[in-house]
Amino acid sequence: MAQSRGRFGIHGGQYIPETLMNAVIELEEAYNHYKNDPEFNRELTDLFNNYAGRPSRLYFAKKMTEDLGGAKIYLKREDLNHTGAHKINNVLGQALLARKMGKTRLIAETGAGQHGVATATAAALMGMECVVFMGEEDTKRQALNVYRMKLLGSDVIPVKTGTATLKDAVSEAMREWTNRISDTHYCLGSVMGPHPFPTIVRDFQSVISKEIKEQVLAAEGRLPDAVMACVGGGSNAIGTFYHFIEDEGVQLIGCEAAGRGVDTWETAATVATGKLGIFHGMKSYFCQDEYGQIAPVYSISAGLDYPGIGPEHAWLHDIGRAQYVPITDEQAVEAFEYLSRMEGIIPAIESAHAVAYARELAPKMRKDQILVITISGRGDKDCAAIARYRGEDISE
Amino acid sequence: MSRIREAFAHGKAFIPFITCGDPDLDTTAAIVRAAAAAGADLIELGIPFSDPTAEGPVIQEANIRALSGGVTTDKVFDLARELRKDVTVPLVFMTYANVVFSYGTERFCKTAAEAGMDGIILPDVPFEEKGDFDDICRQYGLDLISLIAPTSNDRIAMIAKEASGFIYIVSSLGVTGVRSQITTDIGAMVSIVRENTDIPCAVGFGISTPEQAAAMAAVSDGAIVGSAIIRIIAQYGKDAPEQVGRYVAQMKAAL
Repeated sequence: MAQSRGRFGIHGGQYIPETLMNAVIELEEAYNHYKNDPEFNRELTDLFNNYAGRPSRLYFAKKMTEDLGGAKIYLKREDLNHTGAHKINNVLGQALLARKMGKTRLIAETGAGQHGVATATAAALMGMECVVFMGEEDTKRQALNVYRMKLLGSDVIPVKTGTATLKDAVSEAMREWTNRISDTHYCLGSVMGPHPFPTIVRDFQSVISKEIKEQVLAAEGRLPDAVMACVGGGSNAIGTFYHFIEDEGVQLIGCEAAGRGVDTWETAATVATGKLGIFHGMKSYFCQDEYGQIAPVYSISAGLDYPGIGPEHAWLHDIGRAQYVPITDEQAVEAFEYLSRMEGIIPAIESAHAVAYARELAPKMRKDQILVITISGRGDKDCAAIARYRGEDISE
Repeated sequence: MSRIREAFAHGKAFIPFITCGDPDLDTTAAIVRAAAAAGADLIELGIPFSDPTAEGPVIQEANIRALSGGVTTDKVFDLARELRKDVTVPLVFMTYANVVFSYGTERFCKTAAEAGMDGIILPDVPFEEKGDFDDICRQYGLDLISLIAPTSNDRIAMIAKEASGFIYIVSSLGVTGVRSQITTDIGAMVSIVRENTDIPCAVGFGISTPEQAAAMAAVSDGAIVGSAIIRIIAQYGKDAPEQVGRYVAQMKAAL
């Protein structure tokens, strides 16, 4: 009997329709070949450096450090990447891989629109066709990103089923992939879904922790005491953690979206409120009811509004290597405003979840300790929504 | 030998799919009885799931209607027990991995077997992942139905060798739903299955007309119809049992 592939402890696997099995097997074989191919890596590094603008800066947040009065705070500036978020790291890798595999069409899901914009960008760059699935609710919350994707030459399909948010966009992209496989690569945006996606996406995002390590060693001559990032599916978080997993002195902290609170139904905090399940191709933790029906989750952040978490995070939680904390909408909005005023950096509302926890944690740390926060994206896209949250009705 | 074999003992099998609780469980019971009386050889009972990733819009909407009406796994088990008082055709559940897993796979299989079910179809559990479910199903005398797809190619032999009950041949790429044409060479897929096992094969996805069902059954052992029946139920609601019965009789006669 064939073995289940792509496990992280008990999590992961390939829970997908038979129709897609040869597609994911072909993808795994292609990835295993190209990840060690010098030409592929040279091309990818060239795209990272000359197109996306890597390496991204590790910025010492002096004012924030002084204001909080504890650990030295560094910000990993993924918001400075081309297209404004970490999503481009994964997309450039997958689009290059898809092109090597002879695929001419990319499909993708998107929540906040950042992954959709990144995929549309890579498709434009590489001359590929692109279709992005986006929950109808999110197309309203993130109208500007819908326009950006169209401007870049992609089709955007509003998904009306279910809660019309990220999980429904993933379901619809999976359905589309079963419909058209031979010329199409599903450019999945997070460390989730069936194997090999959690591994591929992690590897392309691990450039974040690789750079943090080099940069913090250059600046401080030592490793940080903690690294933190926001977690929806968990791609910028796993990218931030990956090269520190073996360094046990480095605390790994993921910040989940608690929405209106973990004691309410309006939450997306998977580790805090979910239980073990099987969905979207993987075994992991999911927000669900007692009969396994997937919960209609909620967060102010469209990018974290997902009922599951990537299988490697579920495993890091199980073994106690990483810690996951819930952050409410209100805390995230306060952190969004705080970082804007304190450092002149407007973070994505997703990233603001990590900033919020840093505001709690840093004052409890010693002044000689080092805390790195990954700012996964920039917050321009969120300004209208946050203004509305604060009762100010502005149009984009 | 499981009861599923009996479904293929009366000529080519006609297999309808019905979402439990659409529009309500009493109507589902009446539809199942009408389908059985009209000659259905095996009936798939769908346990609704919030996010059915292998389904097209018609069955997605049936799932939503059923869940909005308050259907749960336990209520579906009650329905199965009630049906088994007089319905003798083989019955299999069709649902998603998380519905079984969250109930507790062993508890689910034990309850299903005690309720008189004969098998389970899980479209999001491929060959490599069946270990989570297969042994427990076998322990309780349930067949975990294997699926093969137009993209399976070199996987067909491996899947067929370990299949039990019947093999569900997915006729086309994509999700469930009515199609005007089915272009896959089903006969070629069946030949590979035949080289590896003698268990029967039924074809599903996209079939709605008697002509399509006859063509698919001609190269296999039966035809499975879901979305076309769900559309009748969506149109007629509580009056659907008679309409579904008439449709099933017409389809069975065409095979």
